[in-house]
Amino acid sequence: MSAEHPVARADDIPVGEGRAHVVAGQQIAVFRLRDGRIRAVQATCPHAGGPLADGLIDDTVVICPLHNHTFDLATGCSATGQPAIRTYPAHLDDNGNIIVSVPQP
Amino acid sequence: MTNPQRLVVVGNGMAGARAVEEILHRGGDRMFSITMFGDEPYGNYNRILLSGLLAGTDDADEIFLNPVEWYRDNGITLHAGVRVVRIDRFAKLVLADDGSITPYDKLIIATGSRPFYPPVEGMWRDDKTLTPGVFGFRTLDDCAAMVHHAREHRRAVVIGGGLLGLEAAHGLRVLELEVHVVQSAPLLMNQQLDTQAGHVLRRSVDKLGITVHTGQRLTAIRHEDIVTGVTFADGSSIDCDMVVVTAGIRPNVGLGIVSGLTVERGIVVDDQLRSVDDDDIYAVGECAQHRGEVYGLVAPLWEQAVVLAEHVTGHNPQSAYHGSRTATKLKVAGIDVATMGLKQPEREDDEFVQFSEPRHGVYKTVIIRDDRLVGATLLGDVSKVAFLMQAFDRGLPLPEERIQLLFDIGTPAPSVGAAELDDDAQVCNCNGVSKADLVARVRAGERTLSGVMNATRAGKGCGSCKGLVADIVEWAAGGKIEDDPAANWYVPCIPMDKPELMAEIRSRGLRSVSAVFAELARDGRPDAASKMALTSLLRMMWGAEFVDERDARFVNDRVHANIQKDGTFSVVPQIKGGVTTPGELRRIAEVAERYEVPLVKLTGGQRIDLLGVRKENLPKVWADLGMPSGHAYGKSFRTVKTCVGSDFCRYGLGDSTALGIAIEERFKGLESPGKLKLAVAGCPRNCSEALVKDLGVVAVEGGRWEIYVGGAAGAHVRKGDLLTTVDSPDEVMTITGRFLQYYRENARWLERTYAFVPRVGIDHVRAVVVSDSEGIAARLDAAMQASVAAYRDPWLEGENPVTPGQFRTALPLIVLPRVPVR
Ligand code: SRM
Ligand SMILES: Cc1cc2nc3c(=O)[nH]c(=O)nc-3n(C[C@H](O)[C@H](O)[C@H](O)COP(=O)(O)OP(=O)(O)OC[C@H]3O[C@@H](n4cnc5c(N)ncnc54)[C@H](O)[C@@H]3O)c2cc1C
Ligand code: SF4
Ligand code: FES
Repeated sequence: MSAEHPVARADDIPVGEGRAHVVAGQQIAVFRLRDGRIRAVQATCPHAGGPLADGLIDDTVVICPLHNHTFDLATGCSATGQPAIRTYPAHLDDNGNIIVSVPQP
Repeated sequence: MTNPQRLVVVGNGMAGARAVEEILHRGGDRMFSITMFGDEPYGNYNRILLSGLLAGTDDADEIFLNPVEWYRDNGITLHAGVRVVRIDRFAKLVLADDGSITPYDKLIIATGSRPFYPPVEGMWRDDKTLTPGVFGFRTLDDCAAMVHHAREHRRAVVIGGGLLGLEAAHGLRVLELEVHVVQSAPLLMNQQLDTQAGHVLRRSVDKLGITVHTGQRLTAIRHEDIVTGVTFADGSSIDCDMVVVTAGIRPNVGLGIVSGLTVERGIVVDDQLRSVDDDDIYAVGECAQHRGEVYGLVAPLWEQAVVLAEHVTGHNPQSAYHGSRTATKLKVAGIDVATMGLKQPEREDDEFVQFSEPRHGVYKTVIIRDDRLVGATLLGDVSKVAFLMQAFDRGLPLPEERIQLLFDIGTPAPSVGAAELDDDAQVCNCNGVSKADLVARVRAGERTLSGVMNATRAGKGCGSCKGLVADIVEWAAGGKIEDDPAANWYVPCIPMDKPELMAEIRSRGLRSVSAVFAELARDGRPDAASKMALTSLLRMMWGAEFVDERDARFVNDRVHANIQKDGTFSVVPQIKGGVTTPGELRRIAEVAERYEVPLVKLTGGQRIDLLGVRKENLPKVWADLGMPSGHAYGKSFRTVKTCVGSDFCRYGLGDSTALGIAIEERFKGLESPGKLKLAVAGCPRNCSEALVKDLGVVAVEGGRWEIYVGGAAGAHVRKGDLLTTVDSPDEVMTITGRFLQYYRENARWLERTYAFVPRVGIDHVRAVVVSDSEGIAARLDAAMQASVAAYRDPWLEGENPVTPGQFRTALPLIVLPRVPVR
């Protein structure tokens, strides 16, 4: 089972950037893509703990700011040989809230 | 083909993956459906680079040879993190520890080796895990665990003074541990070196601050919760909190034994690398024993992989492996050691040439038998290694004057090497690529250096052969080497070089990064990897008209500080020309205390760095400092180092300090394709190192100033080229501005001046910048003036953040390893 959590207002995240949030005890980097979609992935890079919310993104990937490892925002798969990162379903609701679903333990 | 054969490979290391590559290369993907098992949870990586990873000279990013996608792209089923436990040869099945059973038609065993742990008390916690604090040095995980442990601990003992031990010791020294190397033999690297060489090496190792203990046999490892020390046969001991065991390796042959294959030291194979018991089972790499030899280096396994592939694909069933001649190099920065073949003469009529200069750490020998090179040792000076390796490998005729083998008097100079090198000469020793392999690629139509390198892997190991590879490719192409088209693109997602791209941007009036993507990128899609370079370019082109999209900036440029390994930032205020005041110093001191800055450091750029500042504190830190940004984080104009010059120094010929400050004041923070570091010196003694700067100014007799460009003393060292000599500080300012603008407009992204100036040619630069041969001087000056005028101190944003959460921490909760506080 997953629970949906409102995390932030859309306006809290500038377009094309990410911000880290704690959602249901998990650290999650939430991104607002330029095409309007929302993506949520684990906040730390599996490589050496880099802050993924500080990474550069496009419509598909995030590049970790520390050593440039690259991860698909939708699937979590790494294009640079790292372990995959966790991804979380996320969307914008009608009231402009960013909603992230986190599985319940 | 309807029913491809099933090929199963056990062991996903350097030999296993290379064998599969060779097989694919021979059309194996049509013949076989391939399944690979690897004990390690990764794709295949370059084990050799673990030493560099530990010492921080190689990046974990670069270490993967075959990332997981490679397997997918080639239709290979990879079971990573799965160990094969038995082969049922009669049913032709492999059984793995995840319970899976996989049938095969052909099987390759490439299980490599593992560290040998001497059987002493205290080594193991139980029968599976080492005592905490004890490490082997074999895998990526070993390496990561060592680095992690080393961060928190002080004193390490490395058991074993061979190649691996010294590389481990060096890495741990770099991590700032106190390091002891314990060697049971009387000499370091005793397998490769004779007594004298051993002594010379030892001096060099001492100089690295590593303590060597020879003739000491380990008898026990002491421990409480973790290691506390080691004890030796003579009763002496060393206290320590980390032990690395590099006392040799043992081939992983357990699988061969339980599956009924003939195993001596390794799995015994014939000249086709087939097990002597089973025609469908091959063994390759360190687990294989061929004609009595088991190898512990990569060069032999490249040769083995080729023969195996020729044979299993039926490409050339006659192909046979006859054994390899091996040479070794020590990968420790500052100590050059290369050895091949014999370490000392064995027969009475062996010729032995020896040169020894122990005080300078130089020792060289060659051993010649029947006019052939059968051994060589080079310490301290390895300039002849390429020729000697070739002579050793190929049995080339040797010069009559043997001394020429040791010194540069007669053997082909490295520059003519490309043409004269033997076809079979191995050029890339990491990846086993010969001159003929490179030439064949060029003949097959590959005309770019990067193309040849990608196709052959040459130059992709330790990288030391890149220059020679480039020479050979150029020679083979008859000088008609083409630049890789993509290599000239300014960014990967737009197929245009910089001038084309700039023209396009200008004619379409594209003022933002997203507009550039929409109009020029493939399918109009944004590309994260191109953003930073485009931001820099557009800002340079449009100045105040640039439409700034914050998401197109790298994090450093979003928060105006340099990100560090733990997600904190460093703050370097501007200290023009390295000149500060008591008032500034007092404020810096107060800020450092107020925000508990873990490290305050004088930088190599003559200023002060506050390291480990939390992102959310940046605005407060800037406000309290009340100093402008020093731009120590962007691809931009950084510093102007100065010396005391004519005001105080008895030799000073010009006021270097004032000029340096003026230059920094004018050009501060300008974005550019690469960092710009300048210096001004008051006389040719050059105390501010102006000859190795992107632009350096030197006062000379007669009130004149020399201007040097394209110098460097970082990752590359290059003396700057003299651009011109001028008569006044004003002229220095003009020429500096014009040169910097020319560089900003014409250099590739991240191309520092040390690469740009030689590429364009100093004569050309001089013609444009000094003699105005293209009639663009006035335009360059005006463009520079516009950029200077558009400058705004980014630290003012602290007062008015530009985006919501601009300084919000990106890692809120977990306590991550922080930069250690001293
Ligand atoms: C702080 C400082 C070391 C120090 O404590 O002295 C430093 C620190 C860094 N240098 Fe440096 N360099 C520092 C002076 C130098 C110098 C000496 C100089 O400026 O005179 C050089 C050689 C000159 C040169 O650049 O040619 C130097 C050559 C490099 C290089 C190699 C560049 C090259 O292409 O040769 C890099 C890597 C790069 O740019 O890709 C680098 C990169 C770095 C980075 C930014 C690595 C990074 O991306 O995070 C380091 C940031 C540490 C941190 O966590 O903040 N640093 N670095 C020095 C800051 C000077 C300043 O006041 O701005
Ligand atoms: C730190 C270091 C530095 C080195 N430097 C150099 C150098 O400078 N020059 C040089 O020539 N050589 C160097 N070497 C040696 C070189 O790395 C090896 O010769 C090479 O890796 C051997 O390749 P391999 O495939 O036989 O073994 P490996 O690369 O060890 O691959 C074997 C793989 O098989 C896996 N495996 C084992 N058993 C099983 C099983 N039952 N089921 C599934 N998987 C299994 C292992 O986990 C491993 O991943 C160095 C080695 C180290 C550790
Ligand atoms: S400060 Fe410079 S030299 Fe030191 S570790 Fe960082 S990049 Fe390397
Ligand atoms: S921490 Fe993310 S790439 Fe290194």
